[in-house]
Amino acid sequence: MRRTLLASAAMALGLAAAATAARADEIKIGVLLGYTGPIESLTPGMADSAELAMSEVNAAGGVLGGATLTGVRADSTCVDAAAATAAAERLVTSEGVAAIMGADCSGVTIATLNNVAVPNGLVMISPSATSPALTDIEDQGLFFRTAPSDARQGEVLASILADRGVTEIAVTYTNNDYGKGLSDSFQAAFEAKGGAVLISAAHEDGKADYSAEVAALSASGAEWLAVLGYADQGGVGVIRAAVDTGGFEKFALGDGMFAESLIDAIGSDLNGTVGSVPWSEGEGADAFVKLAEDSGVDPDGSFRRESYDAAALIALAIQAAGSADPAEFKAKVLDVANAPGEKILPGELGKALKILADGGDVDYVGATNVELIGPGEAAGTYREYEVKDGAYETVTFR
Amino acid sequence: MTDILNALVLFMNFVGVPALAYGSQLALGALGVTLIFGVLRFAFFAHGDLMAFGTMVTILATWGLQAMGVSLGVLPTALLALPFGAAAAVLAALSADKAVFAFYRKQRAKPVVFFIASVGVMFVLNGLVRIIIGPDDQRFADGGRFLFKVGEFRDWSGLSEGLAIRTTQALTVVAALIVMVALFRFLERTKMGKAMRAYSDNEDLALLSGVDPARVVRWTWVIAAVLATLAGVLYGLDKSFKPFTYFQLLLPIFAAAILGGIGSPKGAVVGAYIVAFSEVMVTYAYRKFAMYLGPQDWAPEGLLQLLSTEYKFSVSFLILVAVLVTRPTGLFKGKVF
Repeated sequence: MRRTLLASAAMALGLAAAATAARADEIKIGVLLGYTGPIESLTPGMADSAELAMSEVNAAGGVLGGATLTGVRADSTCVDAAAATAAAERLVTSEGVAAIMGADCSGVTIATLNNVAVPNGLVMISPSATSPALTDIEDQGLFFRTAPSDARQGEVLASILADRGVTEIAVTYTNNDYGKGLSDSFQAAFEAKGGAVLISAAHEDGKADYSAEVAALSASGAEWLAVLGYADQGGVGVIRAAVDTGGFEKFALGDGMFAESLIDAIGSDLNGTVGSVPWSEGEGADAFVKLAEDSGVDPDGSFRRESYDAAALIALAIQAAGSADPAEFKAKVLDVANAPGEKILPGELGKALKILADGGDVDYVGATNVELIGPGEAAGTYREYEVKDGAYETVTFR
Repeated sequence: MTDILNALVLFMNFVGVPALAYGSQLALGALGVTLIFGVLRFAFFAHGDLMAFGTMVTILATWGLQAMGVSLGVLPTALLALPFGAAAAVLAALSADKAVFAFYRKQRAKPVVFFIASVGVMFVLNGLVRIIIGPDDQRFADGGRFLFKVGEFRDWSGLSEGLAIRTTQALTVVAALIVMVALFRFLERTKMGKAMRAYSDNEDLALLSGVDPARVVRWTWVIAAVLATLAGVLYGLDKSFKPFTYFQLLLPIFAAAILGGIGSPKGAVVGAYIVAFSEVMVTYAYRKFAMYLGPQDWAPEGLLQLLSTEYKFSVSFLILVAVLVTRPTGLFKGKVF
């Protein structure tokens, strides 16, 4: 017994030493996003936002009384689990990061969490992985996300449709973890409200023609089509084929379909479409826009606010724990994210660090009204929109 | 009576029209493959990427014309740009022949060597296209999108089902018909066409009768490259241009050529339509169709779908395997197997 204790103490010491071995006054944080692959157009802005939070912390004097945060970028590719795992391994072994801001897509996030973060005891905060599977994953308290689970979005989309009196629908989803997870949760929620999903079929991204898919979907006899895919991939192809063949005239869209390019591509036929997209409003969002613009970062874009919040949470948790050892600060993430405490907006990280150093308590609001529920995921506010006269119009927030 | 009409219109809208357009595009591709096989005696695997190359140049020329303010009104501008794309594809094919295939012809290499060399050519073209225009989707169709829309048809006919025909679909079928007739007349009537058929039938005999092999080979490449560009541009106008999907078209194109009997132009056309219609018909869900034809107020339990749409490509694969196993010479007795 004594020997085990001794051994584990030595291990802990060794780990702590390894984590801070590089330089005592520098803490590295991995920024693991898909810089190549299907969402390569989104990720540079996300990484910039995360690094914005780090430089804000550094400008305020760093954490733990003077240690600076350094972001280390690594490519998750969004789709290739093996490549993402290798990239995360590199972050751990050769960079010695204390935490990872990422990964982005649900599939690679699950892979890197299981293969790298949990075995190495690393904290991961994802800004954009939304698969419901991540809610019950065995993460030993190491995984958090500032994006809400699609289980919640499924419910939101189902109630949007139920409130409009829709009782029958056809569903098509992009054939990956995100699409499958969202369609499952949507179907469960829609059926719980008394609706019927007449057909649920996957579509592959990157094909030239989706008329066969639409033909099968419309044969179900449903009037509405729920498209849970990507606006610049198969999703737009499905809608175009549906409009061309007259298979469907009414669409309900998941968050991946929210893009101006969709309206440009489809035009007036999209009018009457409804959908949901994670949204944040209020002083936190405004503060982020101002902060980002002042620092030369474009604030408009998917998951940029969530990325800023993810990086800020890592910094605050380290400060609150008084240690850059993931085993110690993982327990502090929920404390700094939720009440009680002083409310913290983007641009006020310096103030938060000071409060924490003085032994006080903070409630990080951030750019997305961060409120972590369950095992550590964002509760999420969704914007219900309807397309009218070729523009997205907000109906309400849910 | 209206029910039967409704069922027919429904079938035409979701199966007939799309399959006819798709089949015409495949036919143009399969004709090129079959010509090369007939004359040069090898499976030219770079055909999909030759299509992509010609289409890419056409797209670039289209953008140029659009920037200059040239347009064809209802018809897509790409038709004007087509000669540029065809010329570039011809140039690419002839350079590939000079740089690669001429060498192996001199060596009298086995067909399998040619075939592997063509895979190399495929990779080169593949890379070129990705470097120049990138791997992304490009849409270059302009002009009027529809001959008539679903709603217009419904109002006109008073039926509850609608039918839409896109300009590009009509254009594809018309263009394919014209080209096929022209090609068959060329092969039947002209001296060069006869020389090509003779060369394909019996090389030695043709040489003894004074057929110039270099000219036959050159003409074959020119025709195949023009056909490939036309097929690629029509496919891209109708659907969208993406280098990877063009590479994937290789499978249905070869399935069509082999089903018809490789080396036989007539077979290539028939095979292409059979492949296209099977792909669409096997994956279509017949529920609504059956509801119109069945008794009043009756609806089948399931969707009446043979195969899920994800398996569309496997249909051409199945056809390919079935033909090779049971009747390797194809429907029209391709000569070479």
